[in-house]
Parts: sequence; structure tokens; C-alpha cells
Amino acid sequence: MSAGNGRELRIVGFLCNWCSYGGADTAGVSRLGQPTDLRIIRLPCTGRMDPLFMFKALLSGADGVLVSGCHPRDCHYSEGNFYARRRLELAKRLLPTLGFDSGRFEYTWVSASEGKRWQQVVTAFTEQIHTLGPGPKFSH
Amino acid sequence: MKIGVFVCHCGSNIAGTVDVAGVAQAAKNFPEVAFATDLLYSCSEPGQEAIVQAVQEHDLDGVVVAACTPRMHEPTFRRAVERAGLNRYMFEMANIREHCSWVGKDKDANTRKASDLVLQAVEKLRFDRPLQAKSFDINKRVLVVGGGVAGIQAALDCADGGLEVVLLEKTSTIGGKMAKLDKTFPTVDCSSCILGPKMVDVSMHPNITLYAYAELESVEGYVGNFEVSVKKKATYVDWDKCTGCGLCMEKCPSKKAYDAFNEGIAPTRAINIPFPQAIPKRAVIDPTYCRQFIKGKCGVCAKVCPTEAIDYEMQDSFVQEKVGAVITATGYDLFDYRKYGEYGGGRYPDVITSMQYERLLNASGPTGGHIQRPSDGREPKKVVFIQCVGSRDKSVDRPYCSGFCCMYTAKQTILTKDHIPDSQSYVFYMDIRAPGKMYDEFTRRAMEEYGAQYIRGRVSQVYPYKDSLIVRGVDTLLGSQVEIEADLVVLAVGAEASRGASELAEKLRISYDAYGFYMESHPKLRPVETNTAGVYLAGACQGSKDIPASVGQGSAAAAKVLALFSKDQLESDPQVALVSQARCVGCGKCVQTCPFGAIQLAEDRAGNPKAEVIETVCQGCGLCTVTCPQSAIQLQHFTDNQILAEVNALCQQAMEESFES
Repeated sequence: MSAGNGRELRIVGFLCNWCSYGGADTAGVSRLGQPTDLRIIRLPCTGRMDPLFMFKALLSGADGVLVSGCHPRDCHYSEGNFYARRRLELAKRLLPTLGFDSGRFEYTWVSASEGKRWQQVVTAFTEQIHTLGPGPKFSH
Repeated sequence: MKIGVFVCHCGSNIAGTVDVAGVAQAAKNFPEVAFATDLLYSCSEPGQEAIVQAVQEHDLDGVVVAACTPRMHEPTFRRAVERAGLNRYMFEMANIREHCSWVGKDKDANTRKASDLVLQAVEKLRFDRPLQAKSFDINKRVLVVGGGVAGIQAALDCADGGLEVVLLEKTSTIGGKMAKLDKTFPTVDCSSCILGPKMVDVSMHPNITLYAYAELESVEGYVGNFEVSVKKKATYVDWDKCTGCGLCMEKCPSKKAYDAFNEGIAPTRAINIPFPQAIPKRAVIDPTYCRQFIKGKCGVCAKVCPTEAIDYEMQDSFVQEKVGAVITATGYDLFDYRKYGEYGGGRYPDVITSMQYERLLNASGPTGGHIQRPSDGREPKKVVFIQCVGSRDKSVDRPYCSGFCCMYTAKQTILTKDHIPDSQSYVFYMDIRAPGKMYDEFTRRAMEEYGAQYIRGRVSQVYPYKDSLIVRGVDTLLGSQVEIEADLVVLAVGAEASRGASELAEKLRISYDAYGFYMESHPKLRPVETNTAGVYLAGACQGSKDIPASVGQGSAAAAKVLALFSKDQLESDPQVALVSQARCVGCGKCVQTCPFGAIQLAEDRAGNPKAEVIETVCQGCGLCTVTCPQSAIQLQHFTDNQILAEVNALCQQAMEESFES
């Protein structure tokens, strides 16, 4: 059930273990259907999210990158998502300089109980990436 | 490295929408995979046995299981891998159920996705190294936050088990909501008669330190070694001197103070002891009503106090406590009945909450147990109860059932009949929810023996008429409108998360749901644990509960703490940060960033500053790894190389495809 023209695009998700990964689990347990383009990498915390991973993914051929963590003030490690927010906002603004549409990268907050919200986030982001189409590809 | 891949069918949960055998077949071509197969139920005993055998037969160095979420069975498979003779950290999971088979309908797409996720796990595993857990000493004391019945039970069970307990209560007495109740369902036994002895036990127990009128200021540390700061709010009465004689309360000239214990149905004095059985039985001055604070002169209580306990200059004070575990039992608050304008709560004095009615019924309440209308003191003959006020209603953002209102309303109709034999109760209800031992029988008794008239339908309006109230509603079973002239209207208000619950959760680093109730670690199998090790839940802070369930959960939380403390040392998760001495330049950025103080600057042999991780303190968040300009500090099992390997695994194929097309 890929959105858009039927061809699957490659979306890499970086999720914190405590909130969003659990939220994605909750969505799964509740059988909340989602497009299949997304592949999730589990991180302990969005504070572990080096913006480099996002750039690397886009440069390596990913069409979109999604980061999701605990809501601000609800971080399992107190303040990891505050660091993430600052780093990722800055990283997002750098994307056009590198030739990427800044819409190819989003970061969001989804808690472990918000399965429904996770479904909406994945669906909306997948649609957004399909609207942008395949990302620029660079040979090694 | 020789890697084994095991792809789980999970019955039809995965196999229904993923070609499991195909994924296993594909995995055979992944780097360093020496063995791959599919298993019907990998978590079952034969499934685990198959993994153990394959490891030994094929001399595997690492295992990937593609099954459910690692949040569920990662510990299970780590143990299996360990049984097979491997280090338990030479293991990775691919989540092909929650993140794949359960959310996608297209079998081909799901199979491709599952295969990608397995490759990702294999690539990550190639960088895994065996890790050894470190042991650390624990402080076998427990902090219980909240002195309601759940907290009391947890504190007593822990204390009886030989642990030192610190019990924190925000108001000036323990007892919580239960202390306000008159009788309890379904036995109609007196609430204070069953709770009172437990409250006394708390005050007498040598292992319990009680801080009443105190709040949790801050929490530092981790399981086994928490350091908490307790704020003792200023009571303006020296509790070491106060004997609880009540003379001050008797003489206090400020007689219009808000009485929180009596739910505001009658005023109290500015200096007061909430109720005669209060524990501790000590007076507190409410500075918003005290004349000494408002006008700067009065001093009556100071003059009459036989022990000179009054201290108008008192300030908040702070106490530090070291504990190894925390039980939160912060309970719930009642829904604000003013949100339903049509019921007239807050506008008409004779529309009251169920908890206010409880105080009217209670012999130690302001009316001495005589039911009197708040407006004129008259005894009501017709009482209308409206159920689901703030429960099962999306329009007020309370879609959940509070669970106990059906039962307490039935109880209150019985008590009404007991107090006023010629009275008639009417109950407007949506459904009667009485699942529980003797519960349904109890609601039947209310109807059949005590003649409460149950009307299935909602109320549209309550308005005053002469000196009574007209309740207009619908009887959906008869399909007709109903109008009842009532003397008193009681709103069965639902439960909502305790005010301040989210602030406390942030201090304890635990999660809460959309309504502010604390999240348990697993809704069925870990109902008292949180996702923060060493923090447990008891009672209604986790979700609305009645007394038996709260007491049960209080005991369960205590059992968890006693089990945790049955060892002298705990093992820390070894997936912690590791410093490469060669790359570290000693800039100290990681030291500043670490939220746990787990990194310190030390010196190497040549006297150069180097970061050093205290392994048992590190919680493994990886914040330092991103901060380090040298990439010298790496979170083990989540290293830069590992995550980049995962990225590559997921992207290389997309890249190849795009060049082919």
C-alpha cells in the first residue's frame, strides 16, 4: 500500500526506543495500517541522532528521513530530545544548501501511547515524499 | 563472524502477510550469514531450543531473530543466546511484526520490508562486541510518593518486608480519597474503620519515615541509587511541639477558610486539623485565610497554644533522602463538574458532587452524618444521581470509563435510604458497569431492596423551580421524556489524572498518556513497572481504580521492590558509552552534556586530560556520542559505525535500483 504512484520510495526513520518506537509498536498492535516505504532504525534517544546520519542517508539514496522522539519535557533521559530539537532544526535548514528539498526531512514527537498519531505521521510524511518524488542520487 | 538468522512466523501474525521462508532464504545471501531458517514460534520452548542447537551445530558467533518488537522479547532471546554459550549482547532483533506484518497489507511489499529489516539487523550485528555487565551496590530504601490507600499499602508491605520506607504526602494527613468516604462498596463497611488502623500502623511503624505536607522537589540518580530532595512546605506550626489538641482551631477567629477535606461544603478555620483521625494529627495554618498573614495582626493561635508550637516565620525546608526505588501512588483528582453547564454544578447550591455527598453522609463530616441540603439545611426526600459526569464523553475529552462511579452511586442510593427511610433515589445512567466480585449483586440490591429507580438516559437540563430543582432527561428504554422534581442532585464525577501528575512524571522520567495517567511498562504483563528502572506505580495514578484494585497494586508494587532488593547488587546494562583514549582530546564537552554526571575528566599516564565514563552511572542515551567533536566517545552497540551500517543497508539497494532504472 505505497502512497502515490505505486512505486515504493525509500524512507529511513530514526526512532527513540522509549517513546516513538513504542508508539510505532502500539500502532502495530492496533493494526493501524501504514504505507510500507518506511524502514525504522532504533536509537536509545533522539539525543543519539547525529545529523550526519540524516545527511548520510539522503546522500546514500534515501528519498526521505523521519526522526521521531519523546515529546519535549517527556524524555526518558531528561533532556536528550532538547538537544535533538536544536541539532535537527539547524540540520533541516542546511538541506537546501546541499541540494535537497528541506521537505525530505522531518522530525516529530510521538509518545508510546500515540499509535494513532504515529499512523498519521507516517502516512503524511510518506505522501509528502511521494509528492517530492525520488530524491537526487549521487554515485559513489 | 558466523551469523544465524531466525525468521519467526508468530503463527499467522507474521506469516499471514510476510513470506517468512522467502525472507529466511534471502538472508542466506546476507554478509557473514552462515545459517538462516524460519521458526513457527521462536519465543516458544522448541523455538528457543532450535536457536540454541543451531548456534552450537553451526558454531555461530551471533544471532538475529526477526520477530516481534525488541521491547517485548529482546530479554528472552538474549537469555537463549546466552544458554547457547554466546555473549548475550551478540544478538539483534528485526521487528517484522509491529513494524511490518501488522501495518502493511501488501505481502510482496511486506516481504521486501522484512528482508530489509533483517539485513539491517545483520549489518548492525557485525559490529557488535561481547559486553559484560558490571555490578553495583544498591541502597535498600524505598520512597513512596502519595499517602492514599495504595501508597499506604505499598509502604506497609515494604516496611513489613524489612525495608526502610520514606512516605511522602502532599496534604497534611495521609488517607487520601478513601479517608473522605463514608462507606465502601460492595460490603458497606465503614471506610475509616478499615483505613484508620492502617494509617495508625504507618505512623507507628519503625521502618517508615512520614513526611506529610511535603512534595517531591527533585530526583537524581538511577535504580538502586536515587537521590531525592523533599520539600517540606511551611505549616507555620512546629510539628515537633504540636500535640494535635485542637485548641487553636477552636479559638481561631478566621472561620471562612476553604475546607479541602470536606470538599468545600462547609468552611473551616484558618488553622486546622483536617479530621479527628488525621495522621499525623497536626495543625496547619492556611496563610490565604489567616489574619496574621492577611492583616499582620491576630496571633490568637500563638496565644492559646499550650506548647508554643506556632511559628509565623516558618519557611519551606528541604530534606535530602537516598533511596533505591520509588513507588508513585499519587492517585487521581475529580472531574470539574462546572464543565457541564446544563447540570448547574457550581451555580445551584443543591447540585453537588458525589464526593461532597460522601462528606454529608459521613458521621465525621460537617453535618454529623445528617443529609442536609447545602442551600437551606432541609433534609432532601427526592435525590437524583446523574452518572458519567466526566466519564465516557468525548466532548469533555474524557472518553474513558472511570470504572467506579456506577458502584459508588449504587452505594449512595443505599445509604440515602438508610439515612432517610422515606426518601426516593433516582439514577440517570448510560450503562451499569459492575464487573467485580459481588458488584452486580450489589447494584441489584440497590434497585430491588432499596428501591432506587434507575433511568437509562442522559439529563439535558437541571433548573431551579421554587425551592427545588427540576431534572429533565430522557428515558431511552421507554422512549419518553422524564422530569423529576428533586431536592438534591448528586453528580457522579469521574476520575482524572492528579493535578501536577505530569510535573512529577518529568522529575521521575516516566511517561504518561494523553490524559495524564502514568504509563505502565506493559499493559498486561508489567502493570506496575514503568519504563524507568526502579520506578513503580500503585493505584489510580496509572488509571482510574477502586479501592480493592488500588490496594492490590500497592502490594504488587511493594513485591516488585522487595524482589529488586532481594539482591545486594544490581547489574548495570553494559550498553554504555566507551571512550577511545587515543582519540579523546579532553575538551570536556561530554562531561557538560551528560544528564547523569556519568562522565568525569581524568588524566592519562602522561597527565593529559581524558574523559572517563562511570559505567554503572551511564544510562546509555548516547547524547555524548553526538556531542564529541572527535567521535572519541561511542555508545556501545549504538556506535556511529553501526548506525551508518544500518543506513547503508537500507539505502544501498534503493541506490542500485535507481541506477538500474
